[in-house]
Amino acid sequence: MIYHLVQFAYLVATGLFVFALHWMNTPATARRAVYAGVAGMTLAVVATWAQPEVVHHLWIVVAVVLGFAVGVPLSRVPLTAVPQRTALSHAFGGLAAGLVGSAKFYLWHGEGSAHLTVFRTVAILLEVLLGFLTFTGSLMAAGKLQEVKWIPQRPVTYPGQNLTNLALLLIAVGLGIAVVLQPSAAWAPVAFAGIIGIALLFGVLLIIPIGGADMPTVIAILNSYAGLAAVAMGFVLDNKLLITAGALDGSSGLILAIIMCKAMNRSFTNVLFGAFGQVQQAKAGGEDKVYKPETIEGGAQVLEQATSVVIIPGYGMAVAQAQHKVRELYDQLKKRGVSVKFAIHPVAGRMPGHMNVLLAEANIPYTDLVEMDEINPDMPQVDVALVVGANDVVNPAARSDKSSPIYGMPIIDADKARTVFAIKRSKNPGFAGIDNELYFSDRTWMLFGDAKNVIGELVKQLSGGSGMH
Amino acid sequence: MMLLTITAPAAAAAETTDIWPLLFVFLLASFIGLGVIRRVSRLLHTPLMSITNAISAIAVVGAILVAGPDYPDHIRLLGAIAVFASMTNIVSGFLITQRMLKMFKTETKPGEVTKP
Repeated sequence: MIYHLVQFAYLVATGLFVFALHWMNTPATARRAVYAGVAGMTLAVVATWAQPEVVHHLWIVVAVVLGFAVGVPLSRVPLTAVPQRTALSHAFGGLAAGLVGSAKFYLWHGEGSAHLTVFRTVAILLEVLLGFLTFTGSLMAAGKLQEVKWIPQRPVTYPGQNLTNLALLLIAVGLGIAVVLQPSAAWAPVAFAGIIGIALLFGVLLIIPIGGADMPTVIAILNSYAGLAAVAMGFVLDNKLLITAGALDGSSGLILAIIMCKAMNRSFTNVLFGAFGQVQQAKAGGEDKVYKPETIEGGAQVLEQATSVVIIPGYGMAVAQAQHKVRELYDQLKKRGVSVKFAIHPVAGRMPGHMNVLLAEANIPYTDLVEMDEINPDMPQVDVALVVGANDVVNPAARSDKSSPIYGMPIIDADKARTVFAIKRSKNPGFAGIDNELYFSDRTWMLFGDAKNVIGELVKQLSGGSGMH
Repeated sequence: MMLLTITAPAAAAAETTDIWPLLFVFLLASFIGLGVIRRVSRLLHTPLMSITNAISAIAVVGAILVAGPDYPDHIRLLGAIAVFASMTNIVSGFLITQRMLKMFKTETKPGEVTKP
Protein backbone atom coordinates (compact mmCIF):
# COMPACT_ATOMS: atom_id res chain seq x y z
CA MET A 1 0.00 0.00 0.00
CA ILE A 2 2.64 2.50 1.07
CA TYR A 3 4.59 1.53 -2.05
CA HIS A 4 1.70 2.55 -4.26
CA LEU A 5 1.17 5.79 -2.38
CA VAL A 6 4.82 6.69 -2.75
CA GLN A 7 4.83 5.86 -6.43
CA PHE A 8 1.68 7.92 -6.91
CA ALA A 9 3.30 10.87 -5.13
CA TYR A 10 6.34 10.53 -7.40
CA LEU A 11 4.08 10.46 -10.43
CA VAL A 12 2.34 13.66 -9.39
CA ALA A 13 5.70 15.28 -8.59
CA THR A 14 6.96 14.42 -12.06
CA GLY A 15 3.90 16.04 -13.60
CA LEU A 16 4.38 19.14 -11.49
CA PHE A 17 8.01 19.45 -12.56
CA VAL A 18 7.05 19.25 -16.23
CA PHE A 19 4.44 21.93 -15.69
CA ALA A 20 6.95 24.06 -13.80
CA LEU A 21 9.26 24.09 -16.79
CA HIS A 22 6.39 24.59 -19.18
CA TRP A 23 5.27 27.69 -17.30
CA MET A 24 8.72 29.19 -17.65
CA ASN A 25 7.99 29.96 -21.29
CA THR A 26 6.65 33.42 -20.60
CA PRO A 27 7.25 35.81 -17.72
CA ALA A 28 3.46 36.04 -17.28
CA THR A 29 3.11 32.43 -16.13
CA ALA A 30 6.58 31.95 -14.67
CA ARG A 31 5.64 32.67 -11.05
CA ARG A 32 3.35 29.64 -11.16
CA ALA A 33 6.37 27.59 -12.17
CA VAL A 34 7.96 28.13 -8.78
CA TYR A 35 4.82 27.06 -6.92
CA ALA A 36 4.55 23.90 -9.01
CA GLY A 37 8.21 23.16 -8.43
CA VAL A 38 7.96 23.64 -4.68
CA ALA A 39 4.81 21.50 -4.50
CA GLY A 40 6.46 18.71 -6.50
CA MET A 41 9.58 18.80 -4.40
CA THR A 42 7.69 18.81 -1.10
CA LEU A 43 5.62 15.87 -2.23
CA ALA A 44 8.73 13.96 -3.26
CA VAL A 45 10.54 14.62 0.01
CA VAL A 46 7.57 13.75 2.21
CA ALA A 47 6.77 10.57 0.27
CA THR A 48 10.37 9.43 0.45
CA TRP A 49 10.74 10.22 4.10
CA ALA A 50 7.52 8.37 4.92
CA GLN A 51 8.82 5.09 3.57
CA PRO A 52 9.05 2.42 6.26
CA GLU A 53 12.71 1.69 5.53
CA VAL A 54 13.64 5.19 6.67
CA VAL A 55 14.04 4.61 10.39
CA HIS A 56 16.73 7.10 11.44
CA HIS A 57 15.50 10.66 11.38
CA LEU A 58 17.84 12.79 13.46
CA TRP A 59 20.59 13.27 10.89
CA ILE A 60 18.09 13.99 8.16
CA VAL A 61 16.41 16.63 10.28
CA VAL A 62 19.77 18.23 11.08
CA ALA A 63 20.77 18.17 7.41
CA VAL A 64 17.47 19.73 6.34
CA VAL A 65 17.78 22.49 8.94
CA LEU A 66 21.37 23.20 7.88
CA GLY A 67 20.23 23.19 4.27
CA PHE A 68 17.75 25.93 5.07
CA ALA A 69 20.35 27.84 7.09
CA VAL A 70 22.74 27.92 4.14
CA GLY A 71 20.15 28.04 1.36
CA VAL A 72 18.26 31.11 2.50
CA PRO A 73 21.30 33.44 2.59
CA LEU A 74 22.47 31.98 -0.73
CA SER A 75 19.20 33.07 -2.31
CA ARG A 76 19.74 36.66 -1.22
CA VAL A 77 23.01 37.35 -3.02
CA PRO A 78 23.14 40.47 -5.21
CA LEU A 79 22.03 39.72 -8.75
CA THR A 80 25.47 40.49 -10.13
CA ALA A 81 26.64 37.46 -8.13
CA VAL A 82 24.02 35.13 -9.59
CA PRO A 83 26.47 33.39 -11.96
CA GLN A 84 28.73 32.29 -9.12
CA ARG A 85 25.74 31.30 -6.98
CA THR A 86 24.51 29.15 -9.84
CA ALA A 87 27.91 27.55 -10.26
CA LEU A 88 28.04 26.90 -6.52
CA SER A 89 24.68 25.17 -6.56
CA HIS A 90 25.82 22.96 -9.44
CA ALA A 91 28.70 22.03 -7.16
CA PHE A 92 26.29 21.07 -4.39
CA GLY A 93 24.22 19.03 -6.84
CA GLY A 94 27.29 17.20 -8.07
CA LEU A 95 28.46 16.57 -4.52
CA ALA A 96 25.12 15.07 -3.48
CA ALA A 97 25.10 12.70 -6.45
CA GLY A 98 28.72 11.71 -5.91
CA LEU A 99 28.18 11.01 -2.22
CA VAL A 100 25.04 8.95 -2.71
CA GLY A 101 26.77 6.92 -5.42
CA SER A 102 29.79 6.29 -3.22
CA ALA A 103 27.63 5.37 -0.24
CA LYS A 104 25.68 2.87 -2.34
CA PHE A 105 28.84 1.32 -3.73
CA TYR A 106 30.48 0.80 -0.34
CA LEU A 107 27.21 -0.42 1.14
CA TRP A 108 26.61 -2.98 -1.57
CA HIS A 109 30.24 -4.00 -1.64
CA GLY A 110 29.98 -4.76 2.07
CA GLU A 111 26.75 -6.69 1.68
CA GLY A 112 28.04 -9.13 -0.91
CA SER A 113 28.50 -9.46 -4.62
CA ALA A 114 24.88 -10.12 -5.61
CA HIS A 115 23.98 -6.44 -5.31
CA LEU A 116 26.64 -5.03 -7.59
CA THR A 117 25.29 -6.14 -10.94
CA VAL A 118 26.91 -4.89 -14.10
CA PHE A 119 24.16 -2.40 -14.75
CA ARG A 120 24.15 -0.99 -11.26
CA THR A 121 27.93 -0.75 -11.10
CA VAL A 122 28.10 1.04 -14.43
CA ALA A 123 25.39 3.44 -13.27
CA ILE A 124 27.17 4.06 -9.97
CA LEU A 125 30.43 4.75 -11.76
CA LEU A 126 28.77 7.23 -14.10
CA GLU A 127 27.02 8.90 -11.20
CA VAL A 128 30.20 9.24 -9.19
CA LEU A 129 32.29 10.38 -12.15
CA LEU A 130 29.77 13.00 -13.25
CA GLY A 131 28.94 14.02 -9.71
CA PHE A 132 32.46 14.62 -8.46
CA LEU A 133 33.76 16.25 -11.62
CA THR A 134 30.77 18.58 -11.55
CA PHE A 135 31.56 19.28 -7.92
CA THR A 136 35.14 20.48 -8.35
CA GLY A 137 34.53 21.90 -11.83
CA SER A 138 31.68 24.05 -10.57
CA LEU A 139 33.67 25.13 -7.54
CA MET A 140 36.43 26.28 -9.87
CA ALA A 141 33.93 28.07 -12.09
CA ALA A 142 32.38 29.76 -9.07
CA GLY A 143 35.84 30.78 -7.88
CA LYS A 144 36.70 32.27 -11.26
CA LEU A 145 33.43 34.16 -11.39
CA GLN A 146 33.84 35.42 -7.84
CA GLU A 147 37.41 36.41 -8.80
CA VAL A 148 38.88 34.52 -5.89
CA LYS A 149 42.55 35.47 -5.68
CA TRP A 150 44.24 32.10 -5.90
CA ILE A 151 42.22 30.94 -8.89
CA PRO A 152 43.66 32.32 -12.11
CA GLN A 153 41.15 34.36 -14.11
CA ARG A 154 42.88 34.04 -17.43
CA PRO A 155 42.78 30.64 -19.10
CA VAL A 156 45.64 28.42 -17.95
CA THR A 157 47.17 26.31 -20.66
CA TYR A 158 50.25 24.14 -20.76
CA PRO A 159 51.75 21.87 -23.39
CA GLY A 160 50.09 18.47 -23.54
CA GLN A 161 47.05 19.67 -21.65
CA ASN A 162 44.48 17.77 -23.66
CA LEU A 163 46.74 14.72 -23.65
CA THR A 164 46.95 14.83 -19.84
CA ASN A 165 43.19 15.08 -19.56
CA LEU A 166 42.70 12.23 -22.00
CA ALA A 167 45.20 10.06 -20.15
CA LEU A 168 43.42 10.69 -16.85
CA LEU A 169 40.10 9.84 -18.41
CA LEU A 170 41.52 6.62 -19.82
CA ILE A 171 42.87 5.63 -16.41
CA ALA A 172 39.45 6.29 -14.89
CA VAL A 173 37.76 4.23 -17.58
CA GLY A 174 40.29 1.43 -17.08
CA LEU A 175 39.71 1.37 -13.33
CA GLY A 176 35.96 1.53 -13.99
CA ILE A 177 36.05 -1.51 -16.25
CA ALA A 178 38.06 -3.40 -13.64
CA VAL A 179 35.51 -2.55 -10.94
CA VAL A 180 32.62 -3.56 -13.17
CA LEU A 181 34.23 -6.92 -13.93
CA GLN A 182 35.21 -7.67 -10.31
CA PRO A 183 32.91 -5.56 -8.13
CA SER A 184 33.34 -7.72 -5.05
CA ALA A 185 37.12 -8.02 -5.21
CA ALA A 186 39.03 -6.86 -2.16
CA TRP A 187 40.77 -4.16 -4.21
CA ALA A 188 37.54 -2.80 -5.69
CA PRO A 189 36.97 -0.15 -2.99
CA VAL A 190 40.50 1.13 -3.53
CA ALA A 191 40.01 1.32 -7.29
CA PHE A 192 36.69 3.04 -6.66
CA ALA A 193 38.39 5.62 -4.44
CA GLY A 194 40.92 6.14 -7.23
CA ILE A 195 38.08 6.90 -9.62
CA ILE A 196 36.67 9.43 -7.17
CA GLY A 197 40.09 11.09 -6.95
CA ILE A 198 40.44 11.26 -10.71
CA ALA A 199 36.94 12.69 -11.09
CA LEU A 200 37.73 15.42 -8.56
CA LEU A 201 41.00 16.27 -10.28
CA PHE A 202 39.42 16.10 -13.71
CA GLY A 203 36.83 18.70 -12.75
CA VAL A 204 39.58 21.16 -11.87
CA LEU A 205 41.62 20.45 -14.99
CA LEU A 206 38.57 20.84 -17.19
CA ILE A 207 37.85 24.37 -15.98
CA ILE A 208 41.28 25.99 -15.65
CA PRO A 209 41.79 26.48 -19.41
CA ILE A 210 38.43 28.22 -19.76
CA GLY A 211 38.15 32.00 -19.93
CA GLY A 212 35.46 34.30 -18.62
CA ALA A 213 33.84 34.82 -22.01
CA ASP A 214 33.09 31.10 -22.19
CA MET A 215 31.54 30.92 -18.75
CA PRO A 216 27.92 31.00 -19.97
CA THR A 217 28.49 27.83 -21.98
CA VAL A 218 30.44 26.13 -19.23
CA ILE A 219 27.81 26.88 -16.60
CA ALA A 220 25.16 25.45 -18.90
CA ILE A 221 27.23 22.30 -19.47
CA LEU A 222 27.78 21.85 -15.73
CA ASN A 223 24.04 22.31 -15.26
CA SER A 224 23.50 19.46 -17.66
CA TYR A 225 26.06 17.26 -15.89
CA ALA A 226 24.38 17.82 -12.53
CA GLY A 227 21.10 16.65 -14.07
CA LEU A 228 22.68 13.62 -15.68
CA ALA A 229 24.28 12.67 -12.37
CA ALA A 230 20.78 12.63 -10.86
CA VAL A 231 19.63 10.41 -13.74
CA ALA A 232 22.45 7.98 -13.02
CA MET A 233 21.38 8.00 -9.38
CA GLY A 234 17.90 7.06 -10.53
CA PHE A 235 19.32 4.08 -12.40
CA VAL A 236 21.27 3.03 -9.31
CA LEU A 237 18.29 3.30 -6.97
CA ASP A 238 15.69 2.10 -9.48
CA ASN A 239 13.82 5.37 -8.98
CA LYS A 240 11.89 6.85 -11.89
CA LEU A 241 11.32 10.24 -10.29
CA LEU A 242 15.08 10.80 -10.11
CA ILE A 243 15.37 9.81 -13.74
CA THR A 244 12.64 12.13 -15.00
CA ALA A 245 13.66 15.15 -12.92
CA GLY A 246 17.31 14.61 -13.75
CA ALA A 247 16.53 14.25 -17.44
CA LEU A 248 14.58 17.52 -17.42
CA ASP A 249 17.56 19.28 -15.86
CA GLY A 250 20.01 17.55 -18.18
CA SER A 251 18.12 18.55 -21.30
CA SER A 252 17.73 22.10 -20.04
CA GLY A 253 21.47 22.47 -19.56
CA LEU A 254 22.07 20.91 -22.95
CA ILE A 255 19.74 23.30 -24.76
CA LEU A 256 21.23 26.32 -23.02
CA ALA A 257 24.73 25.14 -23.88
CA ILE A 258 23.74 24.68 -27.52
CA ILE A 259 22.23 28.17 -27.65
CA MET A 260 25.37 29.64 -26.11
CA CYS A 261 27.63 27.78 -28.52
CA LYS A 262 25.57 28.91 -31.51
CA ALA A 263 25.69 32.48 -30.25
CA MET A 264 29.46 32.27 -30.35
CA ASN A 265 29.64 30.17 -33.50
CA ARG A 266 31.70 27.58 -31.68
CA SER A 267 31.42 23.90 -30.94
CA PHE A 268 31.31 22.20 -27.54
CA THR A 269 34.75 20.72 -28.02
CA ASN A 270 36.09 24.10 -29.00
CA VAL A 271 34.74 25.68 -25.83
CA LEU A 272 36.01 22.90 -23.60
CA PHE A 273 39.40 22.39 -25.19
CA GLY A 274 39.98 25.55 -27.18
CA ALA A 275 41.34 27.84 -24.45
CA PHE A 276 39.79 30.97 -25.85
CA GLY A 277 41.26 34.28 -24.81
CA GLN A 278 44.82 33.05 -25.05
CA VAL A 279 44.66 33.02 -28.80
CA GLN A 280 46.40 35.29 -31.21
CA GLN A 281 47.32 38.77 -30.22
CA ALA A 282 47.93 38.76 -33.95
CA LYS A 283 47.35 42.04 -35.66
CA ALA A 284 49.96 44.63 -34.81
CA GLY A 285 48.89 46.68 -37.80
CA GLY A 286 46.50 48.93 -35.94
CA GLU A 287 48.94 51.64 -34.80
CA ASP A 288 47.38 54.39 -36.84
CA LYS A 289 43.91 53.80 -35.38
CA VAL A 290 42.72 56.50 -33.05
CA TYR A 291 39.78 56.71 -30.72
CA LYS A 292 37.52 59.72 -31.11
CA PRO A 293 36.62 60.77 -27.60
CA GLU A 294 33.36 62.59 -26.90
CA THR A 295 32.43 64.71 -23.92
CA ILE A 296 29.49 63.97 -21.65
CA GLU A 297 27.80 67.20 -22.76
CA GLY A 298 28.16 66.32 -26.42
CA GLY A 299 26.91 62.79 -25.81
CA ALA A 300 23.90 64.02 -23.87
CA GLN A 301 23.00 66.44 -26.64
CA VAL A 302 23.05 63.76 -29.31
CA LEU A 303 21.00 61.40 -27.15
CA GLU A 304 18.47 64.13 -26.48
CA GLN A 305 17.94 64.79 -30.16
CA ALA A 306 17.63 61.14 -31.14
CA THR A 307 14.31 59.53 -31.83
CA SER A 308 15.47 56.01 -31.27
CA VAL A 309 18.21 54.75 -29.00
CA VAL A 310 19.38 51.18 -28.55
CA ILE A 311 21.41 50.35 -25.48
CA ILE A 312 23.71 47.33 -25.76
CA PRO A 313 24.74 46.09 -22.33
CA GLY A 314 27.58 43.70 -21.61
CA TYR A 315 29.45 42.22 -18.70
CA GLY A 316 31.02 45.62 -18.03
CA MET A 317 27.61 46.90 -16.99
CA ALA A 318 27.37 44.14 -14.39
CA VAL A 319 30.90 44.77 -13.13
CA ALA A 320 30.24 48.49 -12.74
CA GLN A 321 26.81 47.78 -11.20
CA ALA A 322 25.52 50.35 -13.66
CA GLN A 323 22.06 48.88 -14.28
CA HIS A 324 20.25 51.32 -11.98
CA LYS A 325 21.94 54.33 -13.62
CA VAL A 326 21.01 52.84 -16.97
CA ARG A 327 17.43 52.80 -15.78
CA GLU A 328 17.63 56.52 -14.93
CA LEU A 329 18.97 57.23 -18.40
CA TYR A 330 16.15 55.15 -19.84
CA ASP A 331 13.63 57.21 -17.85
CA GLN A 332 15.15 60.52 -18.95
CA LEU A 333 15.08 59.54 -22.60
CA LYS A 334 11.59 58.04 -22.41
CA LYS A 335 10.39 61.27 -20.84
CA ARG A 336 11.55 63.07 -23.96
CA GLY A 337 9.66 60.67 -26.18
CA VAL A 338 12.79 58.86 -27.35
CA SER A 339 12.23 55.21 -28.12
CA VAL A 340 14.68 53.17 -26.05
CA LYS A 341 15.32 49.47 -26.49
CA PHE A 342 17.91 47.14 -25.09
CA ALA A 343 19.69 44.77 -27.44
CA ILE A 344 20.58 41.56 -25.63
CA HIS A 345 23.20 39.24 -27.03
CA PRO A 346 22.75 35.64 -25.84
CA VAL A 347 26.26 35.45 -24.39
CA ALA A 348 26.43 38.96 -22.95
CA GLY A 349 27.41 38.56 -19.31
CA ARG A 350 28.61 35.49 -17.53
CA MET A 351 25.58 33.19 -17.72
CA PRO A 352 22.57 32.67 -19.99
CA GLY A 353 20.07 35.49 -19.50
CA HIS A 354 22.37 37.44 -17.17
CA MET A 355 21.64 40.86 -18.72
CA ASN A 356 17.88 40.35 -18.68
CA VAL A 357 17.86 39.67 -14.96
CA LEU A 358 20.04 42.69 -14.16
CA LEU A 359 17.88 45.02 -16.24
CA ALA A 360 14.70 43.55 -14.81
CA GLU A 361 16.14 44.20 -11.36
CA ALA A 362 16.50 47.85 -12.36
CA ASN A 363 12.78 47.86 -13.19
CA ILE A 364 13.13 48.05 -16.92
CA PRO A 365 10.07 46.44 -18.48
CA TYR A 366 11.01 43.19 -20.14
CA THR A 367 9.09 44.23 -23.23
CA ASP A 368 11.94 46.61 -24.00
CA LEU A 369 14.57 43.88 -23.82
CA VAL A 370 15.01 42.70 -27.38
CA GLU A 371 16.95 39.70 -28.63
CA MET A 372 19.79 40.10 -31.07
CA ASP A 373 18.00 38.47 -34.00
CA GLU A 374 14.99 40.68 -33.58
CA ILE A 375 16.80 43.98 -33.27
CA ASN A 376 19.46 43.57 -35.93
CA PRO A 377 17.16 44.29 -38.91
CA ASP A 378 16.20 47.59 -37.23
CA MET A 379 19.72 48.73 -36.43
CA PRO A 380 20.27 50.84 -39.61
CA GLN A 381 17.28 53.00 -38.61
CA VAL A 382 18.53 53.54 -35.09
CA ASP A 383 19.88 57.01 -34.30
CA VAL A 384 22.14 56.11 -31.42
CA ALA A 385 23.59 52.81 -30.31
CA LEU A 386 24.96 53.11 -26.78
CA VAL A 387 27.38 50.34 -25.89
CA VAL A 388 27.61 49.85 -22.13
CA GLY A 389 30.39 47.50 -21.16
CA ALA A 390 29.92 45.19 -24.14
CA ASN A 391 32.82 44.47 -26.42
CA ASP A 392 33.16 41.25 -28.39
CA VAL A 393 29.41 41.00 -29.01
CA VAL A 394 29.51 44.23 -31.05
CA ASN A 395 32.85 43.69 -32.78
CA PRO A 396 32.37 43.87 -36.57
CA ALA A 397 35.53 41.79 -36.99
CA ALA A 398 33.24 38.82 -36.34
CA ARG A 399 31.64 39.53 -39.71
CA SER A 400 34.61 40.60 -41.80
CA ASP A 401 37.96 39.52 -40.40
CA LYS A 402 38.68 35.88 -41.08
CA SER A 403 41.79 35.93 -38.94
CA SER A 404 39.90 37.10 -35.87
CA PRO A 405 39.28 34.51 -33.17
CA ILE A 406 35.67 35.60 -33.00
CA TYR A 407 35.12 35.38 -36.77
CA GLY A 408 31.69 33.96 -37.54
CA MET A 409 30.17 34.80 -34.20
CA PRO A 410 26.80 36.50 -34.65
CA ILE A 411 26.95 40.06 -33.31
CA ILE A 412 24.64 42.94 -32.60
CA ASP A 413 25.01 45.32 -35.53
CA ALA A 414 25.85 48.38 -33.45
CA ASP A 415 28.07 49.67 -36.23
CA LYS A 416 25.06 50.09 -38.53
CA ALA A 417 23.41 52.65 -36.28
CA ARG A 418 23.74 56.28 -37.36
CA THR A 419 25.84 57.16 -34.31
CA VAL A 420 27.58 54.88 -31.85
CA PHE A 421 28.64 55.81 -28.34
CA ALA A 422 30.82 53.30 -26.59
CA ILE A 423 31.50 53.54 -22.88
CA LYS A 424 34.81 51.98 -22.05
CA ARG A 425 36.80 51.86 -18.86
CA SER A 426 40.20 52.05 -20.46
CA LYS A 427 41.88 51.97 -23.84
CA ASN A 428 42.85 48.31 -23.42
CA PRO A 429 41.32 45.62 -25.59
CA GLY A 430 38.43 43.54 -24.22
CA PHE A 431 38.32 40.21 -22.44
CA ALA A 432 39.32 38.17 -25.44
CA GLY A 433 42.23 40.51 -26.05
CA ILE A 434 40.91 41.45 -29.47
CA ASP A 435 40.88 44.97 -30.87
CA ASN A 436 37.38 46.17 -31.59
CA GLU A 437 37.03 47.87 -34.98
CA LEU A 438 33.77 49.38 -33.88
CA TYR A 439 35.65 51.83 -31.69
CA PHE A 440 37.55 53.21 -34.65
CA SER A 441 34.59 53.54 -36.98
CA ASP A 442 33.68 56.97 -38.43
CA ARG A 443 30.40 56.94 -36.57
CA THR A 444 31.76 55.94 -33.20
CA TRP A 445 32.57 58.27 -30.36
CA MET A 446 34.10 57.02 -27.15
CA LEU A 447 33.01 57.93 -23.66
CA PHE A 448 35.89 56.92 -21.41
CA GLY A 449 35.27 56.10 -17.78
CA ASP A 450 33.50 53.76 -15.42
CA ALA A 451 30.12 52.81 -16.90
CA LYS A 452 28.23 53.81 -13.78
CA ASN A 453 29.87 57.25 -13.59
CA VAL A 454 29.55 58.00 -17.28
CA ILE A 455 25.88 57.14 -17.37
CA GLY A 456 25.32 59.01 -14.12
CA GLU A 457 26.88 62.09 -15.72
CA LEU A 458 24.76 61.70 -18.83
CA VAL A 459 21.65 61.52 -16.67
CA LYS A 460 22.75 64.64 -14.79
CA GLN A 461 23.23 66.49 -18.06
CA LEU A 462 19.87 65.41 -19.38
CA SER A 463 17.94 66.23 -16.22
CA GLY A 464 19.82 69.53 -15.77
CA GLY A 465 19.15 70.40 -19.38
CA SER A 466 15.41 69.84 -19.07
CA GLY A 467 15.34 72.09 -16.00
CA MET A 468 16.72 75.03 -17.96
CA HIS A 469 14.12 74.98 -20.71
CA MET B 1 28.60 0.29 -23.59
CA MET B 2 29.55 -2.78 -25.58
CA LEU B 3 30.54 -4.44 -22.37
CA LEU B 4 27.17 -3.67 -20.92
CA THR B 5 25.20 -5.24 -23.75
CA ILE B 6 27.34 -8.33 -23.82
CA THR B 7 27.27 -9.14 -20.14
CA ALA B 8 23.86 -7.81 -19.21
CA PRO B 9 21.81 -10.93 -20.03
CA ALA B 10 24.01 -13.07 -17.81
CA ALA B 11 23.70 -10.65 -14.93
CA ALA B 12 19.98 -10.08 -15.41
CA ALA B 13 19.20 -13.42 -13.84
CA ALA B 14 20.73 -12.34 -10.54
CA GLU B 15 19.34 -8.83 -10.34
CA THR B 16 15.93 -7.43 -9.66
CA THR B 17 16.29 -4.06 -11.37
CA ASP B 18 14.74 -4.17 -14.80
CA ILE B 19 16.87 -1.84 -16.89
CA TRP B 20 14.54 -1.36 -19.81
CA PRO B 21 11.66 0.57 -18.26
CA LEU B 22 14.21 2.93 -16.72
CA LEU B 23 15.85 3.57 -20.07
CA PHE B 24 12.45 4.20 -21.66
CA VAL B 25 11.61 6.67 -18.92
CA PHE B 26 14.95 8.40 -19.39
CA LEU B 27 14.53 8.65 -23.16
CA LEU B 28 10.99 9.98 -23.00
CA ALA B 29 11.72 12.40 -20.17
CA SER B 30 14.66 13.78 -22.12
CA PHE B 31 12.48 14.40 -25.16
CA ILE B 32 9.84 16.08 -23.03
CA GLY B 33 12.57 18.18 -21.45
CA LEU B 34 13.98 19.22 -24.82
CA GLY B 35 10.52 20.09 -26.11
CA VAL B 36 9.50 22.10 -23.08
CA ILE B 37 12.78 23.92 -22.54
CA ARG B 38 13.08 24.93 -26.16
CA ARG B 39 10.03 27.13 -25.68
CA VAL B 40 11.31 28.91 -22.60
CA SER B 41 11.69 32.64 -23.21
CA ARG B 42 15.29 33.78 -23.53
CA LEU B 43 14.45 36.51 -21.09
CA LEU B 44 14.15 33.86 -18.42
CA HIS B 45 17.24 31.79 -19.02
CA THR B 46 18.83 32.76 -15.71
CA PRO B 47 15.72 31.93 -13.64
CA LEU B 48 15.33 28.77 -15.74
CA MET B 49 18.77 27.71 -14.70
CA SER B 50 18.05 28.32 -11.03
CA ILE B 51 14.71 26.48 -11.12
CA THR B 52 16.16 23.47 -12.93
CA ASN B 53 18.88 23.58 -10.34
CA ALA B 54 16.32 23.28 -7.59
CA ILE B 55 14.50 20.52 -9.46
CA SER B 56 17.67 18.51 -10.01
CA ALA B 57 18.14 18.64 -6.27
CA ILE B 58 15.61 15.82 -6.42
CA ALA B 59 18.78 13.93 -5.53
CA VAL B 60 17.49 14.59 -2.01
CA VAL B 61 15.27 11.53 -2.53
CA GLY B 62 18.27 9.31 -3.04
CA ALA B 63 20.08 11.01 -0.19
CA ILE B 64 17.24 10.35 2.26
CA LEU B 65 17.16 6.71 1.17
CA VAL B 66 20.83 6.45 2.09
CA ALA B 67 20.72 8.51 5.28
CA GLY B 68 17.55 7.04 6.76
CA PRO B 69 17.61 3.21 6.66
CA ASP B 70 19.42 1.01 9.11
CA TYR B 71 22.82 1.25 7.43
CA PRO B 72 26.29 1.59 9.00
CA ASP B 73 26.97 5.07 10.33
CA HIS B 74 29.65 6.03 7.81
CA ILE B 75 27.26 5.24 4.96
CA ARG B 76 24.46 7.25 6.55
CA LEU B 77 26.83 10.14 7.14
CA LEU B 78 27.52 10.37 3.41
CA GLY B 79 23.77 10.35 2.86
CA ALA B 80 23.20 13.08 5.43
CA ILE B 81 25.80 15.34 3.80
CA ALA B 82 24.04 14.71 0.49
CA VAL B 83 20.70 15.65 2.09
CA PHE B 84 22.28 18.88 3.27
CA ALA B 85 23.74 19.69 -0.16
CA SER B 86 20.45 18.95 -1.96
CA MET B 87 18.37 20.80 0.57
CA THR B 88 20.57 23.87 0.17
CA ASN B 89 19.93 23.75 -3.58
CA ILE B 90 16.20 23.25 -3.16
CA VAL B 91 15.82 26.18 -0.77
CA SER B 92 18.14 28.64 -2.48
CA GLY B 93 17.10 27.54 -5.97
CA PHE B 94 13.38 28.10 -5.52
CA LEU B 95 13.78 31.25 -3.45
CA ILE B 96 16.11 32.98 -5.87
CA THR B 97 14.00 31.97 -8.85
CA GLN B 98 11.00 33.53 -7.16
CA ARG B 99 13.01 36.63 -6.36
CA MET B 100 14.19 37.06 -9.93
CA LEU B 101 10.81 36.39 -11.48
CA LYS B 102 9.23 39.10 -9.35
CA MET B 103 11.46 41.58 -11.11
CA PHE B 104 10.14 40.84 -14.58
CA LYS B 105 7.40 43.37 -15.15
CA THR B 106 5.59 44.79 -18.11
CA GLU B 107 4.78 48.40 -18.42
CA THR B 108 2.62 48.56 -21.46
CA LYS B 109 2.39 52.18 -22.36
CA PRO B 110 -0.03 53.52 -24.95
CA GLY B 111 1.34 53.32 -28.45
CA GLU B 112 4.00 50.83 -27.53
CA VAL B 113 3.93 47.59 -29.44
CA THR B 114 4.94 44.57 -27.45
CA LYS B 115 6.55 41.89 -29.47
CA PRO B 116 5.50 38.35 -28.59
